[in-house]
Amino acid sequence: MANALDPHAAIATTAGGLTDGALRTADGRPLVRALARSQALARRRAFLLVLPLLAFVLITFVIPIGQMLQRSFYNDGFSDHMPQLSQWFAENPRGAEPDEAAWTALATDLQASAEARTIGIVGTRINYDVPGTRSLFTSTGRQVRRGIEPPYQAALMEINEDWGDPRLWSAMREASNPVTGNFYLAAVDRKRGEDGSIQQVEERQQVYVMLFMRTFWLSLLITFITFVLGFPIAHLLATLPMRKSNLLMILVLLPFWTSLLVRTTSWMVLLQQQGVINDILVWLGVIGGGGRLQMIYNQTGTIIAMTHILLPFMILPLYSVMRTINPSYVRAARSLGATSWTAFRRVYFPQTLPGLGAGALLVFILAVGYYITPALVGGSSGQLISNMIAMHMTDTLNWSMAAALAALLLGAVLLLYWVYDRMVGIDNLKLG
Amino acid sequence: MKKTLALTTALGMMASPVLADVNLLSWGGAYGNSHLEAYAKPFEAETGIKVTMADADNPATPIKAMVEAGNVTTDVASVEYADAVRLCDEGLLEEIDPSILVAAEDGTPAADDFIEGAITECFVATDVYSMVLAFDDSKFPDAKPASPADFFDLEKFPGKRTMRKGAKFNLELALMADGVPAAEVYETLATPEGVDRAFAKLDSIKNDVIWWEAGAQPPQLLADGEVVMAYAFNGRIFNAAQGEGKPFKIIWDGQIYEMEGWVVPKGAKNLEDAMKFVAWTTSPAPQARAAEFISYGPPRKSAAALVGNVEGTDVPMGPHLPTTEANMTNALPSNLDFWVDRDAELNERFNSWLAS
Repeated sequence: MANALDPHAAIATTAGGLTDGALRTADGRPLVRALARSQALARRRAFLLVLPLLAFVLITFVIPIGQMLQRSFYNDGFSDHMPQLSQWFAENPRGAEPDEAAWTALATDLQASAEARTIGIVGTRINYDVPGTRSLFTSTGRQVRRGIEPPYQAALMEINEDWGDPRLWSAMREASNPVTGNFYLAAVDRKRGEDGSIQQVEERQQVYVMLFMRTFWLSLLITFITFVLGFPIAHLLATLPMRKSNLLMILVLLPFWTSLLVRTTSWMVLLQQQGVINDILVWLGVIGGGGRLQMIYNQTGTIIAMTHILLPFMILPLYSVMRTINPSYVRAARSLGATSWTAFRRVYFPQTLPGLGAGALLVFILAVGYYITPALVGGSSGQLISNMIAMHMTDTLNWSMAAALAALLLGAVLLLYWVYDRMVGIDNLKLG
Repeated sequence: MKKTLALTTALGMMASPVLADVNLLSWGGAYGNSHLEAYAKPFEAETGIKVTMADADNPATPIKAMVEAGNVTTDVASVEYADAVRLCDEGLLEEIDPSILVAAEDGTPAADDFIEGAITECFVATDVYSMVLAFDDSKFPDAKPASPADFFDLEKFPGKRTMRKGAKFNLELALMADGVPAAEVYETLATPEGVDRAFAKLDSIKNDVIWWEAGAQPPQLLADGEVVMAYAFNGRIFNAAQGEGKPFKIIWDGQIYEMEGWVVPKGAKNLEDAMKFVAWTTSPAPQARAAEFISYGPPRKSAAALVGNVEGTDVPMGPHLPTTEANMTNALPSNLDFWVDRDAELNERFNSWLAS
């Protein structure tokens, strides 16, 4: 028998009379299982090591974002505080005229909700769908708090005849189910009509689809500009001698380390009508004093400032990939008769693709969600969808709407990521 | 974010021992300082009731967290009018009995001495700030703009203007510029035709407007010469003109004012002293004193005459306050209910208009 203490003897062969042909450890267990067990132990230990990070990511990232996104399709502001009316809607299909039972439910719920001071929450929820109704709920609430006599339909109609509006009843029916797709509809400029069909909102209220398109178009444009500007710089950095390239590198990194707000504000100083660039142009006589260029507080300002801010994200991955490209490949191509353009196009450029892909993806994804720069220098034509998300978060407090817009944006970015993966391959991505 | 902020604020306050007889939650900065100098210190000296002040980014935020957690460490808080109504609607505030408020010196009852809307179920106003038109005096050597209509008159007063990026204030201003009297503005704006009319008026200057988002931007844009006129908060323009000597002039015609004031969170531990504090500080003399520290006007008519010079100077503060009678001739109180109802709808239309 093999000595159990001898490490080399840990693997016993079948020579010991065992006939199933499997390798076994010294104590007779099948080797495969023993190996799996010891590996499981190591894996568990490794898992314990990453557990703090995992918990951190889960608590500070996944759960809050999940909760926020949940608001985009789940809003119990109405159903939670108007239980009886919600019940009535559940029992009576769409199209049923509100009968006295419905009015009774409405009056009882209104009274209870006004009593509990939750009427504002209910009104806010309905106000999302029918603007102008929050005050209907709060003012009626103030009156019914003191009591309300049947018949309820007449009583409520006397307080405010807007209670008979079919649009209001349709909206209350929609809101009686906390799970709703209406916020997503609103996020693509659609709404539900009184009969439940999906309609486009009036033209002058349409804004989100256009902003989504503009956001993606501007992000693409900015990605392209950073590529055109960044590629030669990255090439220069990668081919210069170390000492000079380090110096240049600092010039690239210095703005990268500077606060975003400082950079945005500097662009304001440079580009505004009474700013440095306009002053110089007037001084040189290129433009007259009255014809100063409007380069900021519009789309131009957004493009210039964002290109500058995002440029390092293109240069750095390109540079790190270019450094690893062996110059002898291009030399070999030239020696075999390729022109410098062909050598660049067929030999050099394809090798930079992993860096280009990483840079383009980084710049594009950052640009799509950019908020503060367009807010400060974008004026009216340079606003992006993120500015609308911010508006719904802080001004209108319609977090469900903000969540729906954000979810669409997230979905679009994931879709692009998927397309990129299919076309180029994500494993072909190199950050350095 | 807001929730975490509220939580940390609430936690921070929980840690501090509650020794004072009145715990006051204010905003900090120059505004908080006016509360300390004009209200807290003199009240303490007069009544012997200790006042401890704490600051929050927006005192309305921690109130919700405190009341819901059942640990109310604030007795009086300074909040915006809109927040006061919202918190009151959600049952988070104590009601304030208007009979505790001090009458004016000549005997006018408090209810008549306060401007309209300054006292509600749960709220008593301490000051009034407003959105005003302002212009750079050096840019208009001859005729000076004097009304909302002039702000929209590009021929008489050429140059860029800056306005707040949002529907609120701008639609009201546009209607007033179009000849709607202040008293009928919200009535008009409640109709679709009124909204169309306001947007049509805004259309007439759209190409010459730079839109601001932060309150600090308009005085900066004026100072840079980037715009010649601005529609901005009066305090910001006053600070640039008074503090930094800029040649900015305010047009009070068509100002839209809003209020800030005291609320008492539900379940405040020192309810009786809190009410004493509310009553004392909203009497005319302290209100006038507070206005000397910051250019927000007292909401009591009888306090206006008592306002002295800008603190530390010999410049009278009176003419710079939104509530001074001469400045109130065509003033519009901001209609909160209207904006709570229509904010989202009108902002969507505004953004759609802006982008087209």
